[in-house]
Amino acid sequence: MSLYFLCLVLFSLGIWCLLIKKNLIKKIVGLGITEYAINLFFILLGYRVDGEAPILDKYNPITNFVDPLPQALILTSIVIGLGITALMVAITIRLYEKYRTFDINEIHRLRG
Amino acid sequence: MLPIFIIVPLACAFLIPVISKIRRDFAPLFANLCGITLLFFSLNSISWLKGGLKVYYLGGWRPPFGICMVLDGLTVLMLLVVNLIGCLSLIYSIGYIKRYTAPQLYYTLFSLLLAGLNGVVISGDLFNLFVFLEITSIASYALVAFGTEAEELEAAFKYLVLGSVASTIILLGIGILLGNVSTLNMADISRSINLSTSGNLISYALALFTMGFGLKIALVPFHAWLPDAHPAAPAPMSAMLSGVVIKTIGVYALIRLVFNVIGFKPVVSLIFIWLGIISMSIGVLLAIGQWDFKRLLAYHSISQIGYVIFAIGLGTPLGISGGLLHLFNHSLFKSLLFLNAGSVEYATGTRDLGKLGGLTKEMPVTSNTCLVASLSIAGIPPLCGFWSKLIIIIAAFQAHNTAGGTACIFVALITLASFLRCRNMPLSAGLKRPSLA
Repeated sequence: MSLYFLCLVLFSLGIWCLLIKKNLIKKIVGLGITEYAINLFFILLGYRVDGEAPILDKYNPITNFVDPLPQALILTSIVIGLGITALMVAITIRLYEKYRTFDINEIHRLRG
Repeated sequence: MLPIFIIVPLACAFLIPVISKIRRDFAPLFANLCGITLLFFSLNSISWLKGGLKVYYLGGWRPPFGICMVLDGLTVLMLLVVNLIGCLSLIYSIGYIKRYTAPQLYYTLFSLLLAGLNGVVISGDLFNLFVFLEITSIASYALVAFGTEAEELEAAFKYLVLGSVASTIILLGIGILLGNVSTLNMADISRSINLSTSGNLISYALALFTMGFGLKIALVPFHAWLPDAHPAAPAPMSAMLSGVVIKTIGVYALIRLVFNVIGFKPVVSLIFIWLGIISMSIGVLLAIGQWDFKRLLAYHSISQIGYVIFAIGLGTPLGISGGLLHLFNHSLFKSLLFLNAGSVEYATGTRDLGKLGGLTKEMPVTSNTCLVASLSIAGIPPLCGFWSKLIIIIAAFQAHNTAGGTACIFVALITLASFLRCRNMPLSAGLKRPSLA
């Protein structure tokens, strides 16, 4: 249970970082932290105490194994996160070229 | 036949950059061929529905192990919306996108967007839905930033951050559902969710989905990104974003989850009704003060999507069908309006309503199409917007929701007023006024 709680703390830290930090790079880091908290949560869902790798074997069948489904999902989710981060960094570099700053307070040509 | 909706645009997205190394002008040809093929198949898919539900098992693996794709009535409707507007926007792009430096990349991203949208619609598996949703989102972030001017990059960054937060929250909701019922297949979840004992966790997942998809739809408390992101994109992409993307990855996915997977409850109905009423009123009130043509249209998108969510929240058969009809109609007239705004910008170089005037003589076709679309969104009788709004209002009064019905009527009136001004300013001959904002 405490593991799930720590996972929630990590998630909240990421969201806090996204909301409070003014620097674009720090916002990207915050988003990364949020994504990793969710990934950790998925892995925890499939975790069993003293569980083994779920490999089917005729001679010594295993009874207590970890759930492989969340692990497979998280591989996909990590790749998606990579794509998002790459796009974000690319846009940030272009923003820096236009505004010469990473500070979100000085990037406000749109009225919101 | 179902995977063809994903295979064709994905193959197209892969082939366009390769083939445009040989000849530059193959890219638009190829993308349009892809759009027309998809439109043909989605029209065809109406007849596939005759035998009832169609399910395709990927690689022949049955659901607890494999991924499946499902075709039902709602899927066919959404496939039609996606591919019709996609095909028309692609045709419009041929001329419009010549202004930009790398048209082949635009067509690649557009095909990727179509693949993601079609995937979201036909997926029968929650995680698969999430993956396609992310494909759609990444393609639309990149397309919003396509102009790489300062404003466009800023809007894209805003959209990217909020969109990614929304995706993360949706993924958390999927995780909680998975932990409860140990399956990701939508049909299996809906079967085992009734047996599940932890109702609180299911409600929590539902709240997360409402929040995540609410951000993707841009309902009013979550709407801050939409008025920046939709005008910043190139015009055919704005048409796709307002006409299709927010509906497919937002409204459709939410309907699918709430009605088919988790189950419709009175509390959900209440939340949808109030979110809908707030969105339609605030969206239209914010639209009044806008002088940027595309920004005005973006605010009206928020307002019109409010109608759809309100009608679906009513939960009665008439309400749901009215909402879906309005969804289809809105995708038609809002895309047309955005394409018109693109034409005006292409011809005059500005989108400021205060500076435009007297375009009817010089652009007769645009003027007429703009008239049709404006009257339709304002709800003038013979046009399609009137009928769907009428059905929604009747459904609201039938469900004894007087407040909602009255709000619908008032918002329709304000929309009419707003669009009369919007039409008069840029297009009427001789009515050139000084800029106020």
